[in-house]
Amino acid sequence: MPSFPGVGYEEEIRKIQESLEALREREPSDAAWKTVQLARHKDRPQTLDYIKHTFPDFLELHGDRLRGDDPAIVGGMATMDGGTVMVIGHQKGHDLRERQQRNFGMPRPEGYRKAQRLVRLAERFSMPVVTLVDTPGAFPGADAEEGGQAGAIATSLRAFAELTVPTIAVVIGEGGSGGALALALCDRVFMLENAIYSVITPEGCAAILWRDSAEAPQAADALCLTAIDLLRLGVVDSVIPEPRKGAHKSHRATAKVVARQIEAALRELQSIHPLQRQAERRQKFLQMGRFTAV
Amino acid sequence: MALAAALFVCPHCDFHHPVSGPDRVAQLADEGSWEPVGEQLRPADPLEFFDTRSYVERLAEAQSETGMSEAFLGGLCRMSGRPVALGVMDFRFLGGSMGSVVGERFVLLVAAAADASVPLVVVVSSGGARMQEGILSLMQMAKTVVVLDSLTVVRMPFVSVLTHPTTGGVLASFATLADVVVAEPGALLCFAGPRVIEQTTREKLPEGFGRSEANFANGQLDLVIHRRDLKERLGRVLSLLEGGVRCGVEPARQDQEVVSRGGNPLTQAFARVKKFALVPWGRLRGRDTEDTRES
Repeated sequence: MPSFPGVGYEEEIRKIQESLEALREREPSDAAWKTVQLARHKDRPQTLDYIKHTFPDFLELHGDRLRGDDPAIVGGMATMDGGTVMVIGHQKGHDLRERQQRNFGMPRPEGYRKAQRLVRLAERFSMPVVTLVDTPGAFPGADAEEGGQAGAIATSLRAFAELTVPTIAVVIGEGGSGGALALALCDRVFMLENAIYSVITPEGCAAILWRDSAEAPQAADALCLTAIDLLRLGVVDSVIPEPRKGAHKSHRATAKVVARQIEAALRELQSIHPLQRQAERRQKFLQMGRFTAV
Repeated sequence: MALAAALFVCPHCDFHHPVSGPDRVAQLADEGSWEPVGEQLRPADPLEFFDTRSYVERLAEAQSETGMSEAFLGGLCRMSGRPVALGVMDFRFLGGSMGSVVGERFVLLVAAAADASVPLVVVVSSGGARMQEGILSLMQMAKTVVVLDSLTVVRMPFVSVLTHPTTGGVLASFATLADVVVAEPGALLCFAGPRVIEQTTREKLPEGFGRSEANFANGQLDLVIHRRDLKERLGRVLSLLEGGVRCGVEPARQDQEVVSRGGNPLTQAFARVKKFALVPWGRLRGRDTEDTRES
């Protein structure tokens, strides 16, 4: 900008620059929102992709023995490190057709009851349980409510709390609220670098607190939902690094790192007495929360 | 004042108005019997949460408007003479949302109930997890579920009373895991609210969707109880549950009795098979054959 002596533009420019700086400081970083988008990336590896790369002999088991089989939750047995493990995970689907068939990874009560049935089976035959968490949340639909969605999540939490076999959860994409936690009350909880885990979706939070779901990027920042945030808050045990530019760039490489982490944790957990392991898991969740006292 | 005397139930239309925490305690606990548990706990701001206002500001406002320090009030008391641990939630306090203090007060109340060997009654009213404490609020679901095991160990009953409205994370954790789950009439009880369901699925919900009566019809509730009968009916539920505890044979003693009557019935059945089987028992067990022959 040309400056003319005596006109005083410099002063104006300096003021504008200062207020811009101030604005920038007040504006939250969009790093959290970028992570949300990566966590939801349509090409990001999902439960069945991890199974393909890590558990070639996976045998899927179906049905909740009550009324149905929920395609939003996949579960079955597979071999890992010489023994059988029970693998359970949310499956969102990659293309539109699969996404619709799997209800976008939003389970109904049947899904949570299938998971409970499978972990009880695992307990009976001393199989460690590995869960892969990736859901926007439990399905908010009339039929799900009528089938007892809340109760199904609650009993799932109790089923996981009661297990004496080793349990490991990996948040691989979107850890959406109670619908995610229902599979994640585990001895070890890991999170991929670009995964998120939150009490509510950023859109839902923005709609309630900002009264505008377009404020989701701000809500994402406020909610502290990234892997590093959760590590800092003591909710996850470690963060699994992803390939450069994200897990969707290489399913195979990501699955390899995840498998290595699960195997290491399994070996460590198997050295602990089952009842001790159960007690430590309970203790860990009992200690969660921050408060003060007067 | 007249409404308070009618327990905040409309004398004309029977509408059950929401009841504040302290009023609920007054309705259920015998006068002068209340000993608070976990009252000293205060909320913190672990995420330094700020939306259009700060969490600290919202907390201060909720505290001054309700006169309560948090959304959950717990204590040991007597209910029609019977000692119980009573918890009540107050929807006026940030929608009765469950943050770290609500979770910890619930845990302390369960511990107090187990310690004193008294039943637990919790009157629930909550919009769900508290967003402003983020993931730590979600973890309160796990925490409140895990602690319930200590009541199982001492075989003390837990009865939850679901009141208007109870949704989200509270309904999906301790509230529905009670031994007996009852509700007040007309209460909205659902995991996702009707507005969220209509927005997500674009379906029009029928009148009365998610209310106590619909939940009862779907098999999600044991009883729907009018507020004027609540104290008396809760007493009946508890005395029947406790009667089971008093009269029942201890699980350990049950086993002993079986043993003293001549051993485990399964062992006896195996012995019969062994005696009459055409194939010697040992051969069926493969590599154990040698040992069996020796014995």
